[in-house]
Amino acid sequence: METNAVIRLEDIHKVYQTGEVEVHAVRGVSLEIRRGEFVAIMGASGSGKSTLMNIIGCLDRSTRGRYLLDGTDVSELDRDELADIRNQKIGFVFQGFNLLSRTTALENAELPMLYTHRRLSGREQREHALKALELVGLAKRAHHHPNQLSGGQQQRVAIARALVNDPALLLADEPTGNLDSQTSIEIMGVFQRLNDQGITIVMVTHELDIAHYTKRNVIMRDGRIVQDVQVEKRLKADEELERLRREQQAVQLAP
Amino acid sequence: MRRVLAAFKIALRALFRNKTRAFLTMLGIICGVAAVITTVSLGQGAKAQIEAQIASLGQNVIQVGSGSVTRGGIHTGWGSAGTLTIEDAEAIQREIPGVVGVSPEVRTSGQVAAGNANWFTQVLGESADYFSIRQWPVALGEPFTEQDVRSVNKVAVIGATVADQLYPGEDPIGKVIRIRNAPFIVVGVLASKGFNMFGQDQDDVVVIPYTSAMKRLLGQTSLRSIIVQAAGPEIIALTQQQITELLRQRHRITPDRDDDFTVRTQQEIAERATEASETMRNLLAGVAAVSLIVGGIGIMNIMLVSVTERTREIGIRMAVGARGRDVMLQFLIEAVTLSAIGGALGILAGVGASKWLTYSQGWPTATPLGWILISVCCSAVVGILFGFYPARKASQLDPIEALRYE
Ligand SMILES: Nc1ncnc2c1ncn2[C@@H]1O[C@H](COP(=O)(O)OP(=O)(O)OP(=O)(O)O)[C@@H](O)[C@H]1O
Ligand SMILES: [Mg+2]
Repeated sequence: METNAVIRLEDIHKVYQTGEVEVHAVRGVSLEIRRGEFVAIMGASGSGKSTLMNIIGCLDRSTRGRYLLDGTDVSELDRDELADIRNQKIGFVFQGFNLLSRTTALENAELPMLYTHRRLSGREQREHALKALELVGLAKRAHHHPNQLSGGQQQRVAIARALVNDPALLLADEPTGNLDSQTSIEIMGVFQRLNDQGITIVMVTHELDIAHYTKRNVIMRDGRIVQDVQVEKRLKADEELERLRREQQAVQLAP
Repeated sequence: MRRVLAAFKIALRALFRNKTRAFLTMLGIICGVAAVITTVSLGQGAKAQIEAQIASLGQNVIQVGSGSVTRGGIHTGWGSAGTLTIEDAEAIQREIPGVVGVSPEVRTSGQVAAGNANWFTQVLGESADYFSIRQWPVALGEPFTEQDVRSVNKVAVIGATVADQLYPGEDPIGKVIRIRNAPFIVVGVLASKGFNMFGQDQDDVVVIPYTSAMKRLLGQTSLRSIIVQAAGPEIIALTQQQITELLRQRHRITPDRDDDFTVRTQQEIAERATEASETMRNLLAGVAAVSLIVGGIGIMNIMLVSVTERTREIGIRMAVGARGRDVMLQFLIEAVTLSAIGGALGILAGVGASKWLTYSQGWPTATPLGWILISVCCSAVVGILFGFYPARKASQLDPIEALRYE
């Protein structure tokens, strides 16, 4: 009815109350994101990006405003209903990976399936998780623990976990914040492939070059959106990786 | 159901990861349950032993004591009132149909001597029925007879301990025993009965005809008590009632006044004896139960630490869709598993300790199945009760704050 917006924010505010001081982290954000979009939210540190992401991800509630996710008003749901939405509609990738440290990559990827209403046998769960790990190119490391994996590999596990319940929406808060540039581009390659398959992606980043891999850039300052543009010269991760590889070979061949 | 299963798996794995801590946490419950099981086993064993000894008093025995147990609110000593007479005993024998044996009883204690040896012991004046009522045969010689009683003969049947003390290495039959300086002839030695439930040596005794005791030793005409044997267990209550009626009539007690005697059945004696040991057992079990609660507090403490330590984990689980209920279940199952395993180990330890006490100390023990079930239930309840608060705390965490927790 109201267009095919996956996310529709209407005048969202978030005020943190820390003792006497009120921190107005988000001050009236209205935003619409449609199915199949790939959006980067950018802005200086402290501009409210993470706060907004947490609200979009149903991890946190707005102080004021309306948030429609797939047409349902999320602001009115209770804790359990929010948990179900996080489980079924949203995959969230954190800046700090947030993996369970003492369980394998495979078990980490299986985690969201423990809490679904879908009836899956242990074997089906395993198959789903393995497929998700394959999708991010990590099937071979399925039985490694997070501390045996590199940062990029850990982030891939986190992405696999976010994907395992086939969410319509993938959210990522600085997914490349802890990674070197080549690994970052590899992760962007994963995102671009997922986006091509029809998954809507919203991502926070403060790196301009990373934002060039997305389709739309939203810039925030002091809790408000100050700019909202489509990306014109979009980079393709595959091509960039190829170029990097050639450059590296050239360096090695030079002497 | 599937979510419960998943929660169970997660909880078990968490426990397994921290084996030392899990064991130490369980230790409280283990000790509590083991203490309960051991005390109850000891109590049960003591009770069984007391019952066996009460049974050894004889079968279908009714005791009539002079004086009422409580007269005007004052507790008077058993047999001290001097209200029973030989005629009362004869009347019971004569007039109550279900009575198969009667022994009028007097008691005294004093020095007995033979040759150079002497010994302080208890002297019972009884009838010839006494030995059959108490099912106490002689090992040597013969018991004295009704004729001896009637003729006030100076004959004695002595206990095994007295025989050992006065006639070491000799056959006492036919020898003289001087009871408070009055010479009696030993006609029999009783079979050994050992110690009774109060730790008294039952073989440290001399039994003589009650007539001889009253005339030659005590110079008294009243009896301490009358031991009556009924024909069968089914008529004990009736016989008890008939004795009461007969004695009230004989003692001319008007309906508005209390009895001046007391009629007790063996059943009542047994109940009184086990009452004390049961009180003791319950007290000890109560103390043990307190230690179970202490164990529960230990579990609560560790679970609280565990919730704090794993705040991030809880945040992650919630972020991917765990409801408060799922988290709560996970921690509750962890607590219950701790206490249930602790309970099971406690039962093993308790049963083991009881067996060891029997083996090394010779104390009788018996572990009642009911108490094992009670312990299992108690420890599970302790787990739920003390696990509930930490689990609820975990379930109420805010996902974002939990994720941000360092
Ligand atoms: N839990 C909180 N309590 C109080 N204030 C908070 C809380 N979380 C964030 N803030 C404040 O809200 C503002 C926005 O924070 P937010 O984390 O959204 O910024 P950000 O854009 O993600 O920054 P960065 O790029 O550094 O991650 C900041 O001023 C911050 O201090
Ligand atoms: Mg941030």
